[in-house]
Amino acid sequence: MKEIIYYPGCTLKNTAKNFEDSALACAEELGFELRELKNWYCCGTVYSLTSDDLMHHIATVRNLLRVQEEGEDRFTTLCSMCYNTLKRSSKRINENDDDREKINSFMDEEENDYEGKVDIIHYLQLLRDEIGFDKIKEKVKKPLKSLKLAPYYGCLLLRPIEAAIDDPDSPSILEDLITVMGGEVAYFPFKNECCGAYQTVSEVDLVVERARNIIGNAKRNGADALLVSCPLCAFNLDNRQKNVLEKYTDFKGIPVLYFTEALALALGLDVEVCHFDLHYQSIEELVKEIE
Amino acid sequence: MKRMGLFICHCGTNIADTVDVEGLAKKFTSYPGIMFSTTYKYMCSHPGQELISKSIKEHKLDGVIVAACSPTLHEMTFRKVTRTSGVNPYQCEIANIREQCSWVHTDRVKATEKAERIIRSIIEKVRLNEDLQPIKVDVTRKALVIGGGIAGIQAALDIADSGYPVVLVEMKSSIGGHMAQLSETFPTLDCSQCILTPKMVEVASHPNIELLTYSEVKKIDGYVGNFTVTIEAKAKGIDWELCTGCGKCSEVCPVSVPSEFERGLGKRSAIYTTFPQAVPNKPVIDSESCLKIKTGGCGLCEKECDVGAINFSREFTYREEEVGAVVVATGYELYPILNISEYGGGEFEDVIDGLAFERLLSASGPTGGEIKRPSDGKVVEDIVFIQCAGSRDPEKHKPYCSRICCMYSTKQAMLFKHKVHHGQPYIFYIDIRSGGKGYEEFVERAQREDGVIYIRGKVSKLYRDNDKVKIVGVDTILNKPVEIEADLVVLAMAIIPSPGTEELTNILKVQTDENGFLQEIHPKLRPLESTTAGFYFAGCAQAPKDIPDAVSQASGTAVKVVSLFSGDYLQLEPTIATVDEDVCSGCRICISVCPYQAREFDEKKGIVRVNEALCESCGACVAACPSGASDQKNLTDKQISTMATAIIKEDEDG
Repeated sequence: MKEIIYYPGCTLKNTAKNFEDSALACAEELGFELRELKNWYCCGTVYSLTSDDLMHHIATVRNLLRVQEEGEDRFTTLCSMCYNTLKRSSKRINENDDDREKINSFMDEEENDYEGKVDIIHYLQLLRDEIGFDKIKEKVKKPLKSLKLAPYYGCLLLRPIEAAIDDPDSPSILEDLITVMGGEVAYFPFKNECCGAYQTVSEVDLVVERARNIIGNAKRNGADALLVSCPLCAFNLDNRQKNVLEKYTDFKGIPVLYFTEALALALGLDVEVCHFDLHYQSIEELVKEIE
Repeated sequence: MKRMGLFICHCGTNIADTVDVEGLAKKFTSYPGIMFSTTYKYMCSHPGQELISKSIKEHKLDGVIVAACSPTLHEMTFRKVTRTSGVNPYQCEIANIREQCSWVHTDRVKATEKAERIIRSIIEKVRLNEDLQPIKVDVTRKALVIGGGIAGIQAALDIADSGYPVVLVEMKSSIGGHMAQLSETFPTLDCSQCILTPKMVEVASHPNIELLTYSEVKKIDGYVGNFTVTIEAKAKGIDWELCTGCGKCSEVCPVSVPSEFERGLGKRSAIYTTFPQAVPNKPVIDSESCLKIKTGGCGLCEKECDVGAINFSREFTYREEEVGAVVVATGYELYPILNISEYGGGEFEDVIDGLAFERLLSASGPTGGEIKRPSDGKVVEDIVFIQCAGSRDPEKHKPYCSRICCMYSTKQAMLFKHKVHHGQPYIFYIDIRSGGKGYEEFVERAQREDGVIYIRGKVSKLYRDNDKVKIVGVDTILNKPVEIEADLVVLAMAIIPSPGTEELTNILKVQTDENGFLQEIHPKLRPLESTTAGFYFAGCAQAPKDIPDAVSQASGTAVKVVSLFSGDYLQLEPTIATVDEDVCSGCRICISVCPYQAREFDEKKGIVRVNEALCESCGACVAACPSGASDQKNLTDKQISTMATAIIKEDEDG
């Protein structure tokens, strides 16, 4: 069994345990072991974007250093936010000798210097580029035949362009995954609209409007469910449906699936790994249809 | 021993304020070989020139050094004075102490010292200069014009009207170019065909123009005034000598494929003329779709043809032409709509480019001039024009402004409104660039009289919503998001050099810029000429431009060609590379470094020769020659060495 170091990040260890469990189970089924990084830290989240912001990269670089200390130069993560932060930060620190030297001096209590060689890949890239969609297709036991899914990318997998895992304007990796899983792809022009991101903390109403627009567009195009790739998007588009309904009483909701959950269903894994009870919008109907 | 004179110019205060010209003139009187040294306020003025002339005679000078501005300005002037005073003009050289000294320095002492070094080096150059005679070359007084759009047509007509023969080569089966596709033209709304087709007919009937359509230039040899061009005529499948252009063959042809002329919005047969007013008005067979050629069946056109002109021949023919000058007028193409996925290019049928919309507007177009959307033929009511689709976008597409889109989109919005009175046109723009005679007034009119709504801002998203295309953008003046449901979206795609330009410029060895457009010698003062002598430009092949500018440029280029033809012979600079036959070992390194193909190997003698007419005096071969056999006239290795020594030598006085 091949293995790769896996960086979970905070969300997947708390509110989105279901995403992690389903991802780990899928990887195992597909012949890949995700070995959790020992002693990992906060990814740094969306660090300040001003140019003199090196301090903000320390959390990120400590994680890179941990991977280096395990003798690896590559690791993967599930969360789009962690991916984006780790990718942009590693790119900057790996490619810029001056920055690396400076940040190593900030962390002089560390036993080792970070050498600038560790790269992060998103779990979707692992599926596409390492395992291969063809291989996944062979392993699908319960094709999602009856499901029309609207692939939702949000922003963090696609922007800025140096962190993009696909064409920022017309990505197709989620569509391809849906096809491989035997599902139907809904036409979904809102796939890279903003979900409202962290505004969800202080500007709930703004996120309510975003969620209503995005879900409305998916429903207009006949989708049975949204397929998302980011825990924050999942929160804004699933849990916030409660708030949408409070404001718009005629609002019709839609189930929101994390891509690893959909994959776990297609691979015929134990539904338990998906902890569907953690969802706001019920998934039961969907699961029944697939069964 | 050479007797040299030094003439230092004040250039008003331009030089004299920063450089101690009087001090230098005095100091150089004792420099070896300097017989006479003086200054004057404006050396290029008539009295200044008189001063030089008089001094040459008085002091029996045979070398002249003028310390003044850049040689690009007045080298010719001072060499002429030298010549008329009885001395070989190549004994006169300019020491540039203005652009390279006084203008770029402020410290008078240091600038004066630098000027002294510059003058010293030029004196050392003149000391070793030889008398030279200009190289005379015969001229073939016949022009080749490549490209039969409006620019090529105008250039060909103007040269032909001046009495010189022209060969006009066009790769399509008809001349006319993109202008033939346009409906009406800004800012006067003349019908494009009505002003173009008479010119096309004039080309075909002009006694001085030989028209070669469906042909391409494949090879060119020679040099300015004396080119040999190989032209390939593509297989037409029809004997045009016999063909009467009756058009019956196209009528019976059962094949129907998208028409390039209609930008895919209409169909054509496999045997077809590009458009009804084509010149020559004769068909060709598209071998990719002809059933007879592909399968051996059909042959309906052959049976229908009364004169037996159809032969299905796939044979290409070649001919050679001797010409003295080449006009490159290969025009433009629109940046492919498929490249702009962010605006749904290629994804939605109802998102089209500007030229396709011209065909919808045209009375002879696929909808007979009715504005129907391609997806379902519904008459368009809400229409959105998006500017800078691929232009002014250095990150993803083209960095430059395509220059004509603001105006043609305004025109298209206006014409749309004239046809669909209840319809509403919107134009998303970054800024409206309406520089041109009557252009700003035209935009005003579109806003005021035709109610075209201009929205300053970019479109952020474009998607299908039921049978409409939904456009989401921002109005940066009102600072508000905008949403429009459109029946049709017209993208003002960037203008790029026409396909094949790169291949052709490689054949012609003509330089292009970073965007693939033809590179002129000087953007302001010599905008019509290539850096390779004998090649001239007209139209969009050089840069995006509208019809008035393309026509003006074509006429300007014609004058350039005619002036090249009007002398008895061409005079070329003699300061070219030479080969010492006794030293040359025939290694041919120089042939590989020469950018002008001016070096040729003499098999018999086993040495390399210089083609005097092709050499552009760049010096690459001289530097590359490992045996020292190559040298440049009046800039020999020995001269360069003494000049360098004179520059770095410290002044004995201090």
